[in-house]
Amino acid sequence: MTLLDSWWDLRDLGHAVAAFLEWLGDRGVPSWLPYLVSTLVGLMALLLWALLSQLFFIWAERRLLARIQVRLGPNRAGPFGLLQPVADALKVLSKEMITPRGADKVLFWLAPIGVVVPAIVALGVIPFGQRMVLADLNVGLLFIVAVSSTATLFVFLAGWGSANKYSLLGAMRSVAMLISYEVVQVLALLAVAVFVGSIRLGDIVSWQGRYNTWLIFLQPLGLLGFLIASSVEVNRTPSDIAEAESEIVAGYHTEYGGIRWGMFQMAEYIAGFVVAATVAVLWLGGWTLWGLEEWVPGWLIFLIKLYGVFFLFIWLRGTLPRLRIDQLMGFAWKFLLPLMLLNVLLAGLEMVVWKETEAPAEVVLPIWAVGNIAIGVGLVVGWALLMGHLRPRNRPARSLLVREVGQIYYRPLEEV
Amino acid sequence: MTGVGEVAAFWILATITVGSAVVVALVRDLVRAVVALVGSFLGVAGLFILLSAEFLAVVQVLIYAGAISILMVFAIALTPRSARDNAETAMRWLALALALAMVGLLIAVATVTEWGPQAKEGFQETASAIGEALLNRYVLPFEVASVLLLAAMLGAVVMVRED
Repeated sequence: MTLLDSWWDLRDLGHAVAAFLEWLGDRGVPSWLPYLVSTLVGLMALLLWALLSQLFFIWAERRLLARIQVRLGPNRAGPFGLLQPVADALKVLSKEMITPRGADKVLFWLAPIGVVVPAIVALGVIPFGQRMVLADLNVGLLFIVAVSSTATLFVFLAGWGSANKYSLLGAMRSVAMLISYEVVQVLALLAVAVFVGSIRLGDIVSWQGRYNTWLIFLQPLGLLGFLIASSVEVNRTPSDIAEAESEIVAGYHTEYGGIRWGMFQMAEYIAGFVVAATVAVLWLGGWTLWGLEEWVPGWLIFLIKLYGVFFLFIWLRGTLPRLRIDQLMGFAWKFLLPLMLLNVLLAGLEMVVWKETEAPAEVVLPIWAVGNIAIGVGLVVGWALLMGHLRPRNRPARSLLVREVGQIYYRPLEEV
Repeated sequence: MTGVGEVAAFWILATITVGSAVVVALVRDLVRAVVALVGSFLGVAGLFILLSAEFLAVVQVLIYAGAISILMVFAIALTPRSARDNAETAMRWLALALALAMVGLLIAVATVTEWGPQAKEGFQETASAIGEALLNRYVLPFEVASVLLLAAMLGAVVMVRED
């Protein structure tokens, strides 16, 4: 990039911040002050972006879902119903927050906060541009997974503290799903880390820029696993059985109202943005677009990719029906987990071959891209055929442990 | 400990860690105790970051705050209500004595050890250093641990197996 470090170079807003910090440093202020200021500026910018994007996507999701379901959607408040999320926000803010009588008041109060905080913290390591990252940790990838996983405990606390059976059911489902799908998610990310050789998000973007490729071509299977696992983790509809409103009312947030419910909604959207941003960084080349980032601001490219991935989630929500809990768990352990393990093995083998033969990247990478796509399609189709032969049971069988120690005995249908 | 910020960060993190640990011991409801324990885990993760061991800090959050806490919550949820509170038992004097002995041992170690100037310098890249140590020098314990975990997993599968 030419014109580097001019503050008005809007292709990377990091220049403006850097120039401001330099100006502040020249004034002889204490050394910790620029650090504090840049952190606060970054945090405010991230929060503002997340909230504005959320406001837009509440509207966009409702309109798109309506279009998919041949309805009109919200179209009264403002042009095309654009002011609907603002009206919704005002309504949520002004509603009463009820605490149920039997609830554990401390946990009930703590849960919405604890759900939102990890989602916002995880935003801090996302590189929006070359220098637009709040903290480019050298363990950035692991940081996102680690921070996101702490939200689950608070989802459970929300269900536990509500003193409501449906809430507790939703919470238990959420925890069970997360334990299953986190394995899949981490294995999908591991294959990317094997390819790049680093878990710093900036390195992953620059690796894809250096070889002029996106990891979606080299790791299609990993992307599939990550997308499915993440959509489970952020409770989007094909797998939102933790809050399935037609089965268990609203799951873990049945008892929440007002802004406390709004916090859960916010956590869901921001966690969705984090997942979309992770996909954009790891598989879609982050803020690079084969040289176009010289002319178009990198953060704009990144945001378009991010919103595109989020649109995919909305599309899935409008298209797919909700899965049953045993189907979802079986899918994780019997289908996705073996595929992801094979994918890690494949990535390791390919890297070893590359290192040993020392072939140029222009030769090696296209071969593996074609090979990995073929292997990925073959594995998915083959595994699905294999699983298709094992007919699904309509009643989940009772496990040995439950039969030995359980008190309740349901007589099987055949004996009646 | 060079700057004011580091000292302030250390004391804040130490207060969070120890304060949460005290809450864990004092609070009656076990689920609340787990929440306080997560606070303690996060404080320890912050202390790791202060020692420039980012990898260890992130793994602390992932495994302890993310996974172990869920495991404990599951254990509590599956326990009968009568055995669920943090009640006083006959073992508490023994526990107090053990805890005091542990604190004494740690203080003794901290005062006896000569803290050289090299202790102040952090590692540059802890993630790759830990990875290489695990797969070169300590590969046998690493593999033994994985076999142990596999055995535990198989045991769990056998216990809840459909027949």
